[in-house]
Amino acid sequence: MKDIAVVGIGLIKWGELWEKSFRDMCVEAALACLEDAGTDRVDAVTIGTMTTGIFVGQEHLDSIIPDYLGRRLTPAIRVESACSSGGMAVRGAFVEVASGLSDFVLAIGVEKMTDISGAEATYALATAADQENEAFHGVTFPGLYAMMARAHMHRYGTSRDQLAQVAVKNHHNGSLNTYAQFPFEVTLDAVKRSTMVADPLRLLDCSPITDGAAAVLLAPVEEARKLGKKPLVKITGVGNATDTIALAHRHDLLRLEAVEMATQRALGMAGKKIEDIDFAEVHDCFTIAEIMVLEAMGVVEPGRGGPATAEGMTALDGSFPVNPSGGLKSKGHPVGATGVAQICEAVTQLRGEAEKRQIPGARSALTQNMGGSGASCVVHILEVES
Amino acid sequence: MKVARHWREIPHRYRMEAVRCLKCQALFFPRRLICPECGNREFKTERLSGRGTLLTFTVTEVAPQGFEDQIPYAVGIVEMDEGVRVMGQITDCDPAHLKIGDRMATQFRRIREEGKTGIIMYAYKFVPDLGL
Amino acid sequence: MVGIVGYGTHIPRFRIKVEEIAKVWGADAPAYKRGLNLNEKTVPAPDEDCATLSVNAARNALRRAGIDPQDIGAVYVGSESHPYAVKPTGTIVSEALGACPFVHTADLEFACKAGTEGLFIALHLVKSGVISYGLAIGADTSQGAPSDALEYSAAAGAGAFIVGSHGVLAELEDTHCYMTDTPDFWRREHAYYPEHGGRFTGIPAYFKHVLGAAEAIMEKTGHRAPDFDHVVFHQPNGKFPVTVAKQLGFKEPQYRLGLLSPLLGNTYSGSSPMGFAATLDGASPDQRILLISYGSGAGSDAFVFRTTDRLLEVRDRAPLVRKQLDEHKVYLEYGVYIKHRRKIRKSE
Repeated sequence: MKDIAVVGIGLIKWGELWEKSFRDMCVEAALACLEDAGTDRVDAVTIGTMTTGIFVGQEHLDSIIPDYLGRRLTPAIRVESACSSGGMAVRGAFVEVASGLSDFVLAIGVEKMTDISGAEATYALATAADQENEAFHGVTFPGLYAMMARAHMHRYGTSRDQLAQVAVKNHHNGSLNTYAQFPFEVTLDAVKRSTMVADPLRLLDCSPITDGAAAVLLAPVEEARKLGKKPLVKITGVGNATDTIALAHRHDLLRLEAVEMATQRALGMAGKKIEDIDFAEVHDCFTIAEIMVLEAMGVVEPGRGGPATAEGMTALDGSFPVNPSGGLKSKGHPVGATGVAQICEAVTQLRGEAEKRQIPGARSALTQNMGGSGASCVVHILEVES
Repeated sequence: MKVARHWREIPHRYRMEAVRCLKCQALFFPRRLICPECGNREFKTERLSGRGTLLTFTVTEVAPQGFEDQIPYAVGIVEMDEGVRVMGQITDCDPAHLKIGDRMATQFRRIREEGKTGIIMYAYKFVPDLGL
Repeated sequence: MVGIVGYGTHIPRFRIKVEEIAKVWGADAPAYKRGLNLNEKTVPAPDEDCATLSVNAARNALRRAGIDPQDIGAVYVGSESHPYAVKPTGTIVSEALGACPFVHTADLEFACKAGTEGLFIALHLVKSGVISYGLAIGADTSQGAPSDALEYSAAAGAGAFIVGSHGVLAELEDTHCYMTDTPDFWRREHAYYPEHGGRFTGIPAYFKHVLGAAEAIMEKTGHRAPDFDHVVFHQPNGKFPVTVAKQLGFKEPQYRLGLLSPLLGNTYSGSSPMGFAATLDGASPDQRILLISYGSGAGSDAFVFRTTDRLLEVRDRAPLVRKQLDEHKVYLEYGVYIKHRRKIRKSE
C-alpha cells in the first residue's frame, strides 16, 4: 500500500443555498480544491451523498459529476453510507490511490437538502434508520438519539447542561469559521430553552438541514512532493466498521461499537494510540453523539464524556480539542458532505492555516464520520510531515 | 402503494413472531435468516408474550410525514421478558409519567394510513402494564 | 353441551362527560343525563378502530378459553364502523390471533345487532358440528353527529366470545329472533353520520323488537322473568334497557350487572355483548342469563345461557369489564375529543 497525501481541499460556504443546485455545489467545491492543490490532474472521482434520489430525485451521480467538471469519460463511483457517505467517499479515494489503481483521486461530498419540505427531509433522513422496525413506528433521528441521551443520563448521570455545553462549544468554534452555516455563539440558556424536538433533545441539540459540498484531492506522497506541497499532510490510517442498523439490536444501547472498532482499526494502521492524537473532528449530529463518540474513541472512560465537556477538555484551548470547525452543529450538516469537510478542517489545522481557530502545534488529527444511530463509522488519521 | 411490503411484515407486526436459533437457542425479533451469534440457518418461530420492561424512551414533538396528527407521542425500547429488545410507540400513557424501568404490556393498534384511500397499517404498540 | 368457552372485552381509556359536550352546544346537560340516564361515554384513542378493539378483546377471550387459535374454525366481526368499506375486518383479526388460514371469516353489519349475529351463527355452527370453536365479536367506534342527541352516547368498545363444546363456561339453552323492516336509524353509503327517526326509534323500533324477541324466547323455553338470574339488553342509553326490563317484569338486581351504558355510552355492536361479558364477570355458576340484542333496521337476537363451574376457574385470566370501565380513565375536553374523532376539517 502506498503512502497517501491530501494535496488539495475545497469548501463552499454552507447554508440554505437557494440559488445553487447540487451540480453547482459539487463544481464549486471541486474547483476550489483543484486550485488549492495547484494541479489539474484528476484520474478518478468518488462521490459521497446520502440520497440525492429522495432530495432532488436524481441518482447516477457518477455520470453527472465528471461531465459537469468538464471531465467526461473519467472513472467515477458514488458511495452511500447515510451520514458517513462523505467519509466513505474519502476512504474509497484512499483505497484507489493506495492500491496503485489511480494517482490523483478527487473525493467530493455533497447534499442538497432544502428543495423539499422539512417533513419530507425528516423522512429522507429516516431512511438511514431501520425502515421496518424504527421509521415504521414514527421514530425520527432526533428520537433515536434522544433515547440514547435519556439512557445515558439514567446510567451515568450525564446532565442537560453537559449536553448543552457541546452546542455552546461548537458554536463558539463555528463563529470563527467563515464557511459555517451558523457562525455565531449560543448560550447555555438558549440551548436549554429552544423548542423541544424529541425529549430531551431540543432544537439547539440537533444539527441543522444544510446545503453544501466539500472536496479533497488525494495522491501518493511522491506525487505530492513533486507538486511541492508544504507542509505535507498525510492520511496514515483508515478504519471502518458497521453495527446493527436498529438501535434496539445493539449489544449495549450506550456503546457505539462501530466507532470503537473503526477508531481502533485506523489507529492500528497509523501505528498510534488515541493519546498520540492532538485533536479530532467528530460527528456531532446531536449533542449526545459527541459525548458518546468521545467515550467510544477511548478519549475518556464510559460515562465521562459529559463531565469532560463541561470541564473544557474538548474546547479549542483544552487538552483534546474536538470540532474546531464548529462541528455539524454550527458548521452545518449537508449529510454527504460532512465527512469530506472534516478532512478539510483537519488538513487546514495541520497546515497551520486555521487562523482564529488554530490549535497551536497540531501535528496529528482524527476525523470520525458516522452513519445513522451509530450503524456505520469511518475514521481517518491524518498527520503532518515535519 | 407499498401493499406487498406491509403485507410481508404481518407475522411480526400482528403476532410478534420471533425466531429461536435451533443450534444456540438465541432469540431474535424480528426474524433472521442467519443467526448473528453462531451462523446457523435453522430457526423455530416463537410468539412473544408482549410483556417487558422499559429501557429508554423519548417523546416526539417534531414528527415525520404521516405522524403529524399524533404529536406528542412516546416511542421507546422495551426489553421483552423473553430477552429480546423491541422498539415501538408507547400509547395510552402520559409521557410525563413514564420512567425507565416501567413494566409494559402490548396491544394491537393502528400505526398509520396511506392517505384517505390507501391501506391501513396495524402493529403492536406498548402500553403501561395496568392489567387492563 | 354447546356454549361460551371464553369471553373478553376491550374498552378505550378515554372518556368525555355529557356536561363537556352540552357546554359546547348550549344544551341542557342535567336534562340529557336524567332523560337518557347517561353520564359519560368512552372515546377511542386515535390509534384505535374496530379492528384493534376486536383483536384486543379477542385476545382476552383467548386467555379465558385457553385454546390454540389454530382450532378456531370461524371468526365473525360485527360492526357499523368497520375500518374499510370493502376489505374484511375479520381477516385482520384472524391473522392477528394466528387462526389463519383454515378459518371461515366474515364481516357482519346490522346496526347494533351485528355482534350477537356472529354469536348466533358461531353457536349454531358448533352445534351442527361444522366447527370445533368459533369467535364472534361485536366492536364499534361509531360517530355521533356533532350537537345531535346521539353525540352524547355514541361510544367505542368491543366484546368477544369464543364458543365451542369443550370447556363451556356458559351453556346455550336456546336462541330466537325477531326481525322486521323498520327504518328507525340508518346511514347511506358515503354519508358521514347516521340519521334517525327521533321518537320513532322508541316504541315501534327498540321496544317492539326487544319485547317481541323476549316474549318469543320465553314462550319457546317456558321460562318467565323470575326464572332468570340475570338479563342483558341492548343499551343505546341508560333509559331504554331499564324501561323494557320493567315492562317484562324484571327487577333491578337482575339487570344490574349488565347495565354499563350510564358510564360506557352506546358501543353499538359491542353494547349487549359487553353487557353480557360484565354479567359473566359477576355471575355465579348454575345461573340462567337472558341476552337480547337490538339492531336498528330492525331486529333482535335472543339467547338463554346457563353458567357452569368453569366460569369461576377462568374468570381471572383476563381483565374484568368493570376494571376496564372504571379504572385509569382519562377525561377529554371537547376540542381534543373532536380532534381524536377526526371531526376537524384539515387541509388536503
